[in-house]
Amino acid sequence: MSDIMTAKNLNLWYGETHALKNVNITIPEKSITAFIGPSGCGKSTFLKTLNRMNDLIPSVKITGEVCYNGQNIYDNSVDVNELRREIGMVFQKPNPFPMSIYDNIAYGPRTHGIKSKVKLDEIVEQSLRDAAIWDEVKDRLKKNALGMSGGQQQRLCIARALAVKPKILLMDEPTSALDPISTSRIEELAIELKKCYTIVIVTHNMQQAVRISDNTAFFLLGELIEYGETEKLFSQPTDKRTEDYITGRFG
Amino acid sequence: MLSKKRKAYMVGMKAAMYLSTGLTAALVIFLVAYVFIKGIPHISWELLSTKPSYISGRIGILPDILNTLYIVLATLIFVIPLGVGAAIYLTEYAKNKKLVGMIEYAAETLSGIPSIIYGLVGMLFFCQFLGFKTSLLAGSLTLVIMNLPTVMRTTQESLKTVPQSYRDGAFGLGAGKWRVIRTVVLPGCVDGVITGCILSIGRILGESAALLFTAGFAHALNGIFEGLTSPGASLTVALYVYAKEQGEFGVAFAIAAILMILTLLINLSATLVSKHFAKKREL
Ligand SMILES: Nc1ncnc2c1ncn2[C@@H]1O[C@H](COP(=O)(O)OP(=O)(O)OP(=O)(O)O)[C@@H](O)[C@H]1O
Ligand SMILES: [Mg+2]
Repeated sequence: MSDIMTAKNLNLWYGETHALKNVNITIPEKSITAFIGPSGCGKSTFLKTLNRMNDLIPSVKITGEVCYNGQNIYDNSVDVNELRREIGMVFQKPNPFPMSIYDNIAYGPRTHGIKSKVKLDEIVEQSLRDAAIWDEVKDRLKKNALGMSGGQQQRLCIARALAVKPKILLMDEPTSALDPISTSRIEELAIELKKCYTIVIVTHNMQQAVRISDNTAFFLLGELIEYGETEKLFSQPTDKRTEDYITGRFG
Repeated sequence: MLSKKRKAYMVGMKAAMYLSTGLTAALVIFLVAYVFIKGIPHISWELLSTKPSYISGRIGILPDILNTLYIVLATLIFVIPLGVGAAIYLTEYAKNKKLVGMIEYAAETLSGIPSIIYGLVGMLFFCQFLGFKTSLLAGSLTLVIMNLPTVMRTTQESLKTVPQSYRDGAFGLGAGKWRVIRTVVLPGCVDGVITGCILSIGRILGESAALLFTAGFAHALNGIFEGLTSPGASLTVALYVYAKEQGEFGVAFAIAAILMILTLLINLSATLVSKHFAKKREL
């Protein structure tokens, strides 16, 4: 498997708060990488550096590099909108737009210039199928997306992200607001999706990390403490702090 | 002993409350009823559909109705883009929070200034300095400045109610800033814009002091473009002129009744609009 993203000596500050300290990591293509760690350790922050969602926060300062396909995404020449098209994001709280299911999915493709109705119909159906929600919503595509259940909304958001044909999908605790059944559906979906996409997922649920991820990164206080194959990290952690965390001794 | 005292106190307070509520309600009812009783008998089709003629001694307020309409339209056409644009800039683009705070404070202060001062400044600036003379346009532009803070603030408040998560979702799909604003943020604040407009229309209808200085007293019947460039009385100004200068109290009360009805309608539609959008939000 080749590497699709690499962070080199990445540091991030929110004003005076040093939130990420010299993070180095390589994320392999078409796999699931999980970020774990106690609350406030910088998982979300790091995830957002991968598609420059941090740009939206004025006080943020970043040093170091994040390379995507060999290109530093913080270079001035990078088109942020195109970057975010290729590296999509699913948020902790499902956030469908207050419009129809169809328009939600079509939002991304329309943003990137697709106008043909035929083409959009096709994309909407395919994305909803890929997100395993087509059968549930195919009869009410014109209904407002806010009328769906939380689990459905989250799969809709995944479908919405898939509709722009990204290469990478960043998910920030996508199941933390969902019930167990919705959660397991999203986990199955993630495993299915990694055939075609690279997935990076933040989770507080260590069973979830074990169930679905190939590699796991453990963060603590803004530092990447340990990173490796999930099985190995959970069975034979090399760092004492990792061991303490995964055995539930703190956090 | 003490509890008796307390009871008496409670009863007294309650009575005072009922009294003041009743008094307020009675005052409103009296005012409305008085205006309607004095005014409605004088409202006739002829009054509404003709212009005044000194030769036949007829009085008609059609020109004043039209002038009011022109002023409302002209004001809204300027104030909506300006107010909404300023609101978008302040909430979505401006980086300097201190400056934003200052502008918001200034806007709040601006809306508390007596309207006659706007009239004075409008007269000097629009009528004389910019050379618009006394005209509906000069009047409208004065009202634009008067209503700008209202439209801006109501739009801003509703922009702030659009959840950040919508914006994040759109940015995450690779939408640029302007697209996010246009497709996700603005649709969410339509209600604020509409509320601002309705409030402004109400204020424009009721405004007289600022227009006395800037728009004049004429009762000529004009089309909209001709009308905007010539002087003309709005309904409120006409009311003043008829009552104060011509002693036509019947006509004045008729206009008052019309204005009152319009105000009631506007308040009603404001309530309906906010109810409609509150329902939509809950969904
Ligand atoms: N917008 C912000 N402004 C200032 N500080 C922030 C901001 N967002 C996060 N932080 C700080 O950065 C640190 C890392 O936060 P982050 O949200 O990345 O943690 P996390 O690991 O995702 O936590 P959680 O598991 O609770 O989601 C925290 O100390 C937090 O207080
Ligand atoms: Mg987080």
